[in-house]
Amino acid sequence: MVSWIRALVSRTPQGADAEGAPQRRDLSGAIGGAIVVVVALLAVFASLIAPHDPNAQDLLGRLKPPGWQSPYSGARFLVGTDHLGRDVLSRIIYGSRVSLLVGIVSVAITAAFGTILGLVAGYYRGFVETVIMRCVDLVMSLPFMLLALAVIGITGPGIQNLILVVALTRWARYTRVIYGQTLSYAEKEFVEAAQALGSSNARVLFHHMLPNLLPSAVVLATLDLGFVIILESGLSFLGLGVPPTVSTWGTMLADGRSYLNNAWWMGTFPGLAIMITVLGFNLLGDWTRDRMDPTLRV
Amino acid sequence: MFRYIAKRILFAALTILGVVTIVFILQRTTGDPIATLLPPDVPLEEQAKLRTALGLDQPIHVQYGKFLAGLVRGDLGYSYRQGAPALGLVLERVPSTFKLASAGMLVAMAIGMPAGVLAAVYRGTVGDRIVMSLALVGQAMPVYWTGILLILVFSVRLRWLPAISNGGFVSMIMPALAVGAYSAARIARMTRSSMLEVLRMDYVRTARSKGLRNSAVITEHALRNALIPIVTVLGMEFGSLMGGSVIVESVFAWPGVGRLAVNAIMGRDYPVVQAVVVVVSAIFVLINLGVDLTYGLLDPRISIANTTRR
Repeated sequence: MVSWIRALVSRTPQGADAEGAPQRRDLSGAIGGAIVVVVALLAVFASLIAPHDPNAQDLLGRLKPPGWQSPYSGARFLVGTDHLGRDVLSRIIYGSRVSLLVGIVSVAITAAFGTILGLVAGYYRGFVETVIMRCVDLVMSLPFMLLALAVIGITGPGIQNLILVVALTRWARYTRVIYGQTLSYAEKEFVEAAQALGSSNARVLFHHMLPNLLPSAVVLATLDLGFVIILESGLSFLGLGVPPTVSTWGTMLADGRSYLNNAWWMGTFPGLAIMITVLGFNLLGDWTRDRMDPTLRV
Repeated sequence: MFRYIAKRILFAALTILGVVTIVFILQRTTGDPIATLLPPDVPLEEQAKLRTALGLDQPIHVQYGKFLAGLVRGDLGYSYRQGAPALGLVLERVPSTFKLASAGMLVAMAIGMPAGVLAAVYRGTVGDRIVMSLALVGQAMPVYWTGILLILVFSVRLRWLPAISNGGFVSMIMPALAVGAYSAARIARMTRSSMLEVLRMDYVRTARSKGLRNSAVITEHALRNALIPIVTVLGMEFGSLMGGSVIVESVFAWPGVGRLAVNAIMGRDYPVVQAVVVVVSAIFVLINLGVDLTYGLLDPRISIANTTRR
């Protein structure tokens, strides 16, 4: 029943007027795209762009406010320094690497896994279908954060386990959508024709059906990226994500939480970085959905 | 009706069993709790003794059977660290997390629903655009960062509210705002699109052409029907608030299930982790069940008997 309502909600037809004129949607998509490109460039060229070494400590320059200039080296720190005298801006720039890496790798694995399961369930039907779709129901009916904590709780923190968490908790969304679409494509003439010509099941699935389903998977994946970045930073904030030695936005905020009384910038700017990045992915995701497959609106 | 409820309850029970099994398997396949419970220089006999005492030396299916039998009796083992029954430790924290999640839900509904309704009614105006932009930004803000910003403003700068919670009402304001803000954004977007859908309906036009006041059309005719999908989102939202308050609890040192879970994870206290998972998933599944059964009340057209085939 919940799934029925969810399906109804996600099918809700929405004209362009629902969320502003098409031009405005294109504009917000362009803004999202621009944000994503800038963050990606920062991550790739961090070593060229970052003004300082992100791990260089300066105990005489601890907890200095934004714009502080070191009287010893003459170096300027645009958004201040942390409790070990490290440059917050450089750490934010380097931190984008972890967020993007974990986000993109885990979402790619999850999308591939979920899509294949959806294809298989929708094409072979029968017992396989029942098993896969009951598992989808199971995963979808659980609180996501709890599942994530349970998996991390058992496997321990670490980047690989973080990716495992995302895969285990998010695959069902892809499977459900791709399964529905596979069911309808399986009835189409081009699939019957391919089967009649003697194509193997694998060929029908991956050569004929998959290309038609990819747009939906791409849309879901883009929409998922922002979510996964928030999850990664949240788990890192709790000390359950990446090891504390790696500079990430989540661990920076955890440090910032301890120094709120005397260094507001430590708890502000890393969060701003997360918000802008997630906003970029969400805007881009909304736009790709409207462009490629408006039926996926949730 | 009875068959439907029975079926839903069966599925709910199966869901909890599934979760418990996943947790059981993952726990037994990754890492040895003995290694984290004892210092590395403890002799092997001592390790073996502890292993026997905890029942970890038995075959896996025996462990699973014992675990399930315990689960039925409400016995989820003893905390490795505190020695107390794991289930009791979790249950005594539940009211506090429930309180925070409910307060967050109230905040989210109080902000999200009116904002969504206004945005739909005044579609395309500056107000609509401001509400929707705020909702977009709200959905991009991690809850714990919202919490940190609130502390910076209201505790550090203005000194109005305590940064550390003691479970009291005043100390609940900021955690509830932080938890609620994210859900408010979702609820506002959902309410808006659901309202827009309903406002296009013929019966709304009929109500207007009968000369009803605009406020009556919106509250009596439109909102009532727009509520059905909103209730789904509210139900899902409350479940994720229960889980999501985990992070907010650590920002504000709120004494709830979340902090217990994080500490148990850090200390590899498996029985407690297990108990948290069982309790929270049971609550979540029950909420979903409640949401399902509410539809019939909101919309008599949804004949529950007809929707049993999923």
